[in-house]
Amino acid sequence: MDWIMVVQVLDSTLRLATPLLFACLAGLISERAGVFDIGLEGKMLAAAFMAAAIAYATGNVWLGVASAIVASVGISLLHGVAAITFRGNQLISGVAINFLAAGLTVVIAQNWFSQGGRTPSLSGGGRMPRLDLPFADALRDVPVLGPIYSGILSGHALLVYIAFLCVPATWFLLFRTRFGLRLRAVGENPAAVDTAGISVVGLRYGAVAIGGVLCGLAGAYLSTGLSAGFVQEMTAGRGFIALAAMIFAKWRPWHAMGAVLLFGFLEAVANRFQSIEILGVGLPVQAMQALPYILTVVILAGFVGKAIPPRAVGTPYVKEH
Amino acid sequence: MTTTDISPRTQTSDYAIELRGISKAFGPVQANKDISIKVRRGTIHGIVGENGAGKSTLMSILYGFYRADAGDILINGQATEIPDSQSAIRAGIGMVFQHFKLVENFSVLENVILGAEAGGLLRPSLSRARGLLKDLAREFELNVDPDARIEDLSVGHQQRVEILKALYREADILILDEPTGVLTPSEADHLFRILRGLKEQGKTIVLITHKLREIMDVTDDVSVMRRGEMVATRPTAQTSPTELAELMVGRKVLLRVEKPPARPGKTVLQVDNLRVVDSQGVERLRGISLNVRAGEILGIAGVAGNGQSELLEVLAGLREAEGQAQLRGEDLPLAGPGAGAISRRRQGVAHVPEDRHRRGLVLRFMAWENMALGYHHDPAYNSGPLRMNNAAIIHDTEAKMQHFDVRPPDPMLQAEGFSGGNQQKLVLAREMERNPEILLVGQPTRGVDIGAIEFIHQQLIRLRDQGSAILLVSVELDEILALSDRIAVMFDGRIMGERQPDQTNIQELGLLMAGMT
Repeated sequence: MDWIMVVQVLDSTLRLATPLLFACLAGLISERAGVFDIGLEGKMLAAAFMAAAIAYATGNVWLGVASAIVASVGISLLHGVAAITFRGNQLISGVAINFLAAGLTVVIAQNWFSQGGRTPSLSGGGRMPRLDLPFADALRDVPVLGPIYSGILSGHALLVYIAFLCVPATWFLLFRTRFGLRLRAVGENPAAVDTAGISVVGLRYGAVAIGGVLCGLAGAYLSTGLSAGFVQEMTAGRGFIALAAMIFAKWRPWHAMGAVLLFGFLEAVANRFQSIEILGVGLPVQAMQALPYILTVVILAGFVGKAIPPRAVGTPYVKEH
Repeated sequence: MTTTDISPRTQTSDYAIELRGISKAFGPVQANKDISIKVRRGTIHGIVGENGAGKSTLMSILYGFYRADAGDILINGQATEIPDSQSAIRAGIGMVFQHFKLVENFSVLENVILGAEAGGLLRPSLSRARGLLKDLAREFELNVDPDARIEDLSVGHQQRVEILKALYREADILILDEPTGVLTPSEADHLFRILRGLKEQGKTIVLITHKLREIMDVTDDVSVMRRGEMVATRPTAQTSPTELAELMVGRKVLLRVEKPPARPGKTVLQVDNLRVVDSQGVERLRGISLNVRAGEILGIAGVAGNGQSELLEVLAGLREAEGQAQLRGEDLPLAGPGAGAISRRRQGVAHVPEDRHRRGLVLRFMAWENMALGYHHDPAYNSGPLRMNNAAIIHDTEAKMQHFDVRPPDPMLQAEGFSGGNQQKLVLAREMERNPEILLVGQPTRGVDIGAIEFIHQQLIRLRDQGSAILLVSVELDEILALSDRIAVMFDGRIMGERQPDQTNIQELGLLMAGMT
């Protein structure tokens, strides 16, 4: 294995971790406020479609990103109406959103573009431009630092950097601000928030909407940054992987970053090494590609320590005295 | 109506709270009927009444949890609208609920500032609160470690956090709903010292309780509620527990049950070195040894959560344990086959669980169906290997309901349709009418009104005098003292000591309950 290969794998780890990170933080904020968000997958998918469709139609990727956010927040609010206002079952509502998005995106794509449920390939202004960090070229040949800075860190789309900046931002929001204190409180004991004279419903809608924005960014990056256009079911379970990462991280932002980097790394390895030999036995490519999903199952089955969710997650708040 | 000559800013009213004609209905149930009450500023005002008398509803209206259908609220002489809790807080009202409204994994400071933060960022709010807490701790004996997490604090300290929350919001009126239910006697004394201190600072305190002794000890005035109505308000000095109990129930009540001396017989239950480790690895019982004889009541006193529940569960066959136990001299298995609830019932161990809603009854079942639970194998209840004899069960239920004065005496009524006291009578009738060798009874009168308490106590004494052994677990010391022939005090999974009820007092038991010998 040579260094160039390592740099390539780590470089694509960052890119593959980006949609997971957005989605994971979305789920984290929503669940910290006491609302299950199993519809991450659906919101990402709808956002991916909207981003690609609008970017193709206008030739402007940023209009695509904006529409993706609008679509995703819209779906989040739908979830909010079902789960917060009408106190419905939050899991069922999330599952419904996933089905709705999987079906609607394909139907609309077929109706608009007639290309078998996909959008046309994006090019030029419809794709997310890559940014070179300052001095990336100048530092390229410096040993050690060069490959890390110029090879791995530089040359990604803006959303990659935004995703990783969202980690300290989320941490600050949750643990250093008034809004964060209230948000965590409403996920632990909504009665305490209610008796303190703060609106439980308002806080939960706020959290769900923030989750919507983040899912919108995740989806937009998927279809305009990571690939060049929307295809059916392109999220490929990333919403659920993000949920697994969130549980693995025990609902903490910095740990979430670590968890999604692990998943991103596995995916990057699987992409890079199509077949691998262990002890003389050749593993088929499918085995490699299944790795992130196998890890997801292992984590969700609870093999990774005891993860204690926010106490009130999943339970609609009913006022009692 | 008083005239409004006084300018609104002078606030010269002698009354911190005045309610006029408050009514509130939930569907067909009239929880509050035309209630008027005046609470003098700078006093402790008690409100007593049975469960369901409407005390909590009234206070929830005052705290903005519910809106009254009719009536006026005057705070310091001024008509005040309280549509939500925020308005109540602004009007200077603080509330300490029976079930604390704290975020368990937050620190004390975070809980105190929640909803009353000084700005968008937490740091300034936290340091401001830290300073204020220090002052309050000095002034009112309200010591709590500001950085401790709530779940690590004792119940008494958690309650102080609730009081601190109200004071941090500059409450002038403090409402406490059943504040001593979860406290040891010494913690309760401490609470009352705090309340008296607050009163001296000019705060007004409303104390909701069903414990008449506390009313007599600490209040200046007392109001009595019955079935949604305010039946009387008296200066505490001019009333007595007997009068208050009568006002609450609407008839004469015996506060102390008539109890002839016990004539204990042979040992029925003998337990040695009982140990239980729960699923979290915490040792809940650390070597319990005790015995109960026929014809006597052994009372287990203690603050809730010190292993009493586990002890009952082990003896009733609901939880496995290590150690030895004998029933009538024969070995009683504590684990494995033969240690289940069914075997216990067959051997004459009857159990009245602490939580009648979760364990004592199936609330959606009718009374007669509940009467068969646990005794469904009784041949008299079956007309063949597959068919139950419903008619026989219903007939039996009617007789038992009659005997235990369950109202309404309708076997076809769902359990949830009965009042708390009558639900408890159903459970007691099921377990006691079979004259068990030993009756295990947990919190027999929790959430039961005074009239029914009197009846239940009489029935327990009657069963004792018929020769049954009774193991009574209760967090109500008065109940333990009134019924027991011997008292064992539990603390942290151990028995701290055994006392004779006529040779001990609340202070001594209170120390044992706090783990001091």
